[in-house]
Amino acid sequence: MPTPTPEEVKGLVGGGAGSPVIRKILDSDILHSFRSSKLTMVAATIVFLCFFGALFAPLIAPFDPFDPAKVFLSDASIPPVWQQGGDPRFVIGTDDQGRDMFSAILYGLRVSLAVGGLGVLLAAVIGITLGLVAGYMGGRIDAIIMRVADVQLTFPAILIALLIDGVAQGLFRGLPREQSAIPVLVISIGLSFWVQYARTIRGSTLVEKNKDYVHAARLVGLPAPIIMLRHVLPNVIGPVLVILTINLGLAVITEATLSFLGVGLPPTQPSLGTLISIGNKYLFSGDWWIVAFPGATLAILVLAVNLLGDWLRDALNPRLR
Amino acid sequence: MNLRKFLLAAGAAIALSVALSPAHAVTLRYANQGDLKSLDPYTLNETTANAHLGHVYEGLTSRGKDLKIGPGLAERWEVLDGAKRWRFYLRKGVKFHNGEDFTADDVIFSANRVRSTGSNFATRVPKDAKFTKIDDHTIDVELPSPNPIMHAQWDTWYIMSKKWAEANNAVAPTPAAATTPSHASLNTNGTGPFRIESHQPGVKTVFKANAAWWGKKEHNLDEIIFTPIPNDATRVAALLSGEVDVIEPVPVQDIARVNSSASAKVLAGPELRTIFLGFDQIRDELLESNVKGKNPFKDVRVRQAFNMAVDKETIKARVMRGLSTPSALMIAPSLFTHSKDFASPKFDPEAAKKLLADAGYPNGFEVGMDCPNDRYVNDGPICQAVVGMLARIGVKVNLNAQPKAQYFAKVLKSGGYKTSFYLLGWTPGTFDSHNVLFDIHGCRADGTPRGESNLGGYCNKKVDELTDKILVESDVAKRDAMIKEAFQITTGEFGYVPLHQQALSWGVSSKVELSQRADNSVLLYWARKN
Repeated sequence: MPTPTPEEVKGLVGGGAGSPVIRKILDSDILHSFRSSKLTMVAATIVFLCFFGALFAPLIAPFDPFDPAKVFLSDASIPPVWQQGGDPRFVIGTDDQGRDMFSAILYGLRVSLAVGGLGVLLAAVIGITLGLVAGYMGGRIDAIIMRVADVQLTFPAILIALLIDGVAQGLFRGLPREQSAIPVLVISIGLSFWVQYARTIRGSTLVEKNKDYVHAARLVGLPAPIIMLRHVLPNVIGPVLVILTINLGLAVITEATLSFLGVGLPPTQPSLGTLISIGNKYLFSGDWWIVAFPGATLAILVLAVNLLGDWLRDALNPRLR
Repeated sequence: MNLRKFLLAAGAAIALSVALSPAHAVTLRYANQGDLKSLDPYTLNETTANAHLGHVYEGLTSRGKDLKIGPGLAERWEVLDGAKRWRFYLRKGVKFHNGEDFTADDVIFSANRVRSTGSNFATRVPKDAKFTKIDDHTIDVELPSPNPIMHAQWDTWYIMSKKWAEANNAVAPTPAAATTPSHASLNTNGTGPFRIESHQPGVKTVFKANAAWWGKKEHNLDEIIFTPIPNDATRVAALLSGEVDVIEPVPVQDIARVNSSASAKVLAGPELRTIFLGFDQIRDELLESNVKGKNPFKDVRVRQAFNMAVDKETIKARVMRGLSTPSALMIAPSLFTHSKDFASPKFDPEAAKKLLADAGYPNGFEVGMDCPNDRYVNDGPICQAVVGMLARIGVKVNLNAQPKAQYFAKVLKSGGYKTSFYLLGWTPGTFDSHNVLFDIHGCRADGTPRGESNLGGYCNKKVDELTDKILVESDVAKRDAMIKEAFQITTGEFGYVPLHQQALSWGVSSKVELSQRADNSVLLYWARKN
């Protein structure tokens, strides 16, 4: 999946101090580019539907798969309604514990998107802070932060996430898994994805900090944190929106991978990854629907998010227009 | 080097390496759902681990394919003084894998080691048994009270070398909860038909045939490679593709798929293992619960409610796909003649709810549950099903399902019995009710192995008295009547929730011949591969 290099995203900021990208998004150019790309509109619709379904899952889903008192083992492994043995109550079948697959997917989406979204936000907050500090302060602080980032970049994100997950679970020992799983996953994802933000922000900050308006602010005597937050940040935040979107897809996949490996959400509170992991056990026995539907949902969601991210990157890049 | 030269050289190299490899090295690849963590034969009393290590270590006695007890490292023995003194004649000319001779000193050393702190096998050798060396190949075991079945569990009390353990700082057993490995948990030195060449916990263990073994070998193998494959589908795929030759277990949902293939078949049969749920009924306050200041499981009505809330038949039909025998007792029916006189409490969630209300929990309560997810057939899904069934009577169960290494380290004695509610399986090592009554119903106390695996601390002095009488009673009818009386007490007090006996289901490649023992020990020294 293409991710913007610092050089590439630096171009997104455009002319410098005068053009915050937030305003650009509302610009009719962007809207026009959105309307003229059918693929993007489809992707946006899918992403919207997923978010909508996840947000209102308790209202839409016919069953509550997280409430063990309402799941009946006697309903287990019922095939989709169009197959022999199907049950009209469970349109796309049930899993090995008797949970309605459709409800489980909606609730699973909710967990996956929440974990992915919060994880990406945490990564952004960490990355932006460190990137700003590194770029603005320079010198030894910059060197330390960026070397740590370089080291982390040499490891695949999933490996870092596994490592952090292990440590965090040690810290949360004693808490039931159902309560500790989400914070642990958010921290794992947040800490393994911050590098991109930091590098991007640092690059832009290096450019911005030598501009006249920053010099002026410094001359007035404003303290460094205020200059970073009020003056530099609004001018370097643009590319982060692109990374945020693209990383959301990655984070959802990371969550699914961790859950699939058994270190994510417990089977009593399944995310999409946990559902796929459960279904995987029944691949040979012919219960294909337990793995196929959550798998397809995950694939379609991530594809749509990535298409949206790609479009956003192109739309915000003046060089490509 | 141009391409042609390179290919020529590579081809020659391959041909050479093929020609140089041993002519007919027979390698059998075996995959289990669980890992072999420690090689120390006293760390974990678990059938799978005992079977793995049974290729390397041997006991004074052994069990055959029909589970009959026979001679092992002891050629023969005499029961003297009304079963208060036993004389064992050790086999001569037996050597450990490092070349040392096997003598009476090794037996006495092993008897002390197996009863030390950290051992999970303390029940194997009576605490107050006195071992005396008569000569290098004769020992006497003296007991303060008669024990006519003392040798029945000695097939899995493996004999270790005294010199080797002392030289390698391995005199103390490695506890299951240990976080750092010891020499004995990473290396072996036994007398058995195989020796372990390399052991990477969680990755693979390589066994090589021991050419100097004293016995008459039935296998034709040179090498066994064991790999843990926790994922059910991956394990089945590995068998079907020929990547491994033997797997245990075949998930019940995939038995039809394996049998329909040409490359492998399922060896199935009833297993002797009983799967059950246990409660912490010894602590004054549960470790993992929202009930503070008292322990709900001390109330018999709560335990009865749990017994009535679990629907064993649905677990059989849905989770086990018909391949289990719901059980009313903590022992398999084939091991106890009066089993048919016992019936499970009727499945009745409404009555269970009422019992909970009577006990003072009209809205139920919250409790943590420990469960392995790679030990028994579909153990994780069984626990999940139990969570759902208990939710219907208002009990919120926080399920902690984890791999057996972590699970056992938490719930067993070496981990301090840190559990409030758990799932466990038990096959009596003696294949007799006494073991069930002594090991998992006996009152726990310091300084005695009684109740060693009674993780919840169920206790009834009357049962203990009966257990001691059962041990020495030789009249079968009287003995069975006493066992029945003991089980009537334990089931009347709802000490446990017996669930079922699972089915044996081994996946075996059509190239391999293997005999299946009913205790689910995969013993590859009886395997032949074509």
